[in-house]
Amino acid sequence: MELFHNLAIGFGVAFTFTNLLYCLVGCILGTLIGVLPGIGPVATIAMLLPATYALPPVSALIMLAGIYYGAQYGGSTTAILVNLPGESSSVVTCIDGYQMARQGRAGPALAAAGLGSFFAGCVGTLILAAFAPPLTELAFKFGPAEYFSLMVLGLIGAVVLASGSLLKAVAMIVLGLLLGIVGTDVNSGVARFSFDIPELTDGIGFVVIAMGVFGYGEIIGNLSQPDEEREVFTSEVKGLFPTKDDFKRMAPAVLRGTALGSALGILPGGGALLASFAAYALEKKIRMRPGEVPFGKGNIRGVASPESANNAGAQTSFIPLLTLGIPPNAVMALMVGAMTIHNIQPGPQVMTSNPELFWGLIASMWIGNAMLIILNLPLIGMWIKLLTVPYKFLFPAIVLFCAIGVYSTNNNTFDVWMVAAFGFIGYLFIKLRTEPAPLLLGFILGPMMEENLRRALLLSRGAWSVFVTRPLSAGLLVAAALLLGIVLLPAIKAKREEAFVEE
Amino acid sequence: MRIKSQADFYSGVMFTAIGAAFAVGATTYNIGDGARMGPGYFPLMLGILLALLGAAVMFQSLVVETVDGDPIGKWAWKPLFFVIAANLAFGVLLGGLPSIGVPAMGMIIAIYALTIISSLAGEHFKLRDVLVLSTILAAGSYVAFIWALKLQIQVWPTFISG
Repeated sequence: MELFHNLAIGFGVAFTFTNLLYCLVGCILGTLIGVLPGIGPVATIAMLLPATYALPPVSALIMLAGIYYGAQYGGSTTAILVNLPGESSSVVTCIDGYQMARQGRAGPALAAAGLGSFFAGCVGTLILAAFAPPLTELAFKFGPAEYFSLMVLGLIGAVVLASGSLLKAVAMIVLGLLLGIVGTDVNSGVARFSFDIPELTDGIGFVVIAMGVFGYGEIIGNLSQPDEEREVFTSEVKGLFPTKDDFKRMAPAVLRGTALGSALGILPGGGALLASFAAYALEKKIRMRPGEVPFGKGNIRGVASPESANNAGAQTSFIPLLTLGIPPNAVMALMVGAMTIHNIQPGPQVMTSNPELFWGLIASMWIGNAMLIILNLPLIGMWIKLLTVPYKFLFPAIVLFCAIGVYSTNNNTFDVWMVAAFGFIGYLFIKLRTEPAPLLLGFILGPMMEENLRRALLLSRGAWSVFVTRPLSAGLLVAAALLLGIVLLPAIKAKREEAFVEE
Repeated sequence: MRIKSQADFYSGVMFTAIGAAFAVGATTYNIGDGARMGPGYFPLMLGILLALLGAAVMFQSLVVETVDGDPIGKWAWKPLFFVIAANLAFGVLLGGLPSIGVPAMGMIIAIYALTIISSLAGEHFKLRDVLVLSTILAAGSYVAFIWALKLQIQVWPTFISG
């Protein structure tokens, strides 16, 4: 079987002592930082990205995978224990997880999240290994027109995920695309919007925007709230493992969540957030067994299913990233950034030109996942202690990590000034209630979109019809239109709001 | 006409202004046509699109009723100022700023400055606590970034390390 042969290559690469060590370190760091309230995987990866610069590419990506899983699980831990979602996808976990924690069942909730994620991760790894090659072949059929349409679909997908106004989300994407254009134009060599500043001719750094808008913006936003006490749950977590009854309820929910998450993750722009919301909605539709706790009051299914879906989606979202080179969400966009720093251009050619790297990464994803379970289940008690660090000590540390992280990307203080500017912009976004995640996606896709648009129109001699006459491209555009239509439907819109309002 | 959602209205203004600025800026580059796009083509398109989207957001904010008027609320000048100032101080001290004659002071001093200034953004400032925190952060950063990760960052002031 080719599948197992490939996986064997991957495990051969990943299973070296040093790589396992990097994975472990990444996992620990990711969890440690991810568990801090308000810091999601995006910020964690952005912060720890510089730490991987000095490593060889395979080790760096393996460490990033560890960081990613660590951060994601750390975020769920915070969501369950203190009702603070570190990222948008753990918003759902908060609903029932926090209720369970209040009832002294934080242990089972954390275990359900961990075990569900692990199962979903295993399935996701297999799907990734089995379907990445055929999808890559599909990727070779993609011309510039198809890529452009696919990116349109991905960006529309990102819009679906934003919780607030649709129009504002679209505008943020366009703003991101424009920011991505700053710098030297690859075709003509003209430095665009650089105001004669030499550093700007290289474009704006992704880490600068991510740190400024997410890191500083969030901190300023948090500090502006009146000094209300954060409701930290410090009471002891009793009973680590779910009961037999819990397992009976959990198992089918985990299966459903995994299936749904895997399917959604493959779509560019889908990814983890949509997966967890969809899974929660699905669980609510399924009939209750007698004696089951209602949703919103601490139902273990409400934790297990979204968490599995989230993780499965996260895993399969590597497919569009690795095969098409299109980051489906902000975290993946960061991974693309990490790869390009190591001189790897993500896309179909990674698999053929660099099979060790490709399969090594897939294997390391699984290892990272397994490492996480081993690491976290026994250490739940310790994570809770971290949460008792008062915010007044926490935020200067976060400011420091952002500043050092940004400086070390280029060893240039210009980036430090830029991150200050983006910190202000991030706070402005909070004040104006515009969500920054779509902006980041647009920023990453901006240069690629322009490039493919240019090529497509060059080949068609300026005829825009090329996007609808090529069947694949037309199909993708239709899908994008459908997606947009679905979101615009009032019924679904109400549902979306309902899902966000729910407490 | 009454603004029904303040936050939306001003974000619309922001989008329109930025979009217009990009579009105007793009016209200084060669635009070209569809088949042979110049460097200004894509930004001009996007700039116009963003300006239109901003206008739509503004229109919506004037028409769609909201419960509380969606006010922007007070600006948190204090945290904004101190967090940004801490960041700028860090940059100046770490790399030095020859234009105003500040020599590079290195990472350790920059960390102390950053921690102290950013702590002023919070509600309760206790110098002793902040100094302890900065010492921990400085030591931790030294171990993590210099010792473990071997990042090329100047640690001590230039006049000490030479």
